[in-house]
Amino acid sequence: MAFNIDGQFDLHVRALGLANQRLELLADNVANADTPNYKARDIDFRAAMQSAGENAGQNGGPNPNLSGELPMTVTRAGHLPSAGGGPNTTNPLYRVPDQPSLDGNTVDSQKENAAIAETSVQYQATLTFLSARIRGLRDAITGGR
Amino acid sequence: MSLFKIFDIAGSAMSAQSVRLNTTASNLANANTIAGSAETAYRSRQPVFQTVMDNSAGMAPESAGVRVAGVVETSAPPARIHEPGNPLADADGYIYMSNVNPVDELVNMISASRSYQNSVEVLSTSKELLLRTLSIGQ
Repeated sequence: MAFNIDGQFDLHVRALGLANQRLELLADNVANADTPNYKARDIDFRAAMQSAGENAGQNGGPNPNLSGELPMTVTRAGHLPSAGGGPNTTNPLYRVPDQPSLDGNTVDSQKENAAIAETSVQYQATLTFLSARIRGLRDAITGGR
Repeated sequence: MSLFKIFDIAGSAMSAQSVRLNTTASNLANANTIAGSAETAYRSRQPVFQTVMDNSAGMAPESAGVRVAGVVETSAPPARIHEPGNPLADADGYIYMSNVNPVDELVNMISASRSYQNSVEVLSTSKELLLRTLSIGQ
């Protein structure tokens, strides 16, 4: 079995990228909390990760976690399938406000702060997993010495 | 590395909110300023915020932070007070107060300060994440 060191980290790297993208959107929302007519945006983290995981299952080898690129659509027989590895781009969605405000702004500071805390914990969890994976690989290489 | 972009976003928000705090300070300082005519009376200044749209990458425009599009003077008429003894009084004995409403300004100040604190919080969260990312695998 070919050992692909890139695939060892793939899913975690994708999770980091998504968490990063989400944090960026949330920071944008907080920055524009007082801008008239600004519409708050967010991404559905679960759905985005699920689509990444499904793709992993389809083109993955023996271990579905080892591979998993977001595939490019192939519409003709002559098209080359993409090798993947592109940037994580998940379309952001607009948030539906609980309490619409007169100036057309849909940012809810409490929600943004809660989402930032949530994403930050997810990010740190992924970092921990990644560190553990790296430590495991290093142990395997050095034989535990 | 887009965690650095969050620094830019939070930084733009902090500078916009500090402009708002500055105008609030200016308005409160001039709350009791008087003038000899309605035209020269001090009018309360308010910043107008605008989202910065970053579409340099040629993709769908992604907003990136906020900026102050301008500072407008409110249109409320200044109060006209009859005070003939005042050296600034016009021919009819009237002076003109500024149109600043101190209650509005104080509420504005609290809101600006809370928004500023939120941005600082975002900044410190992303700084912490960035530092942890740097120490990955150690």
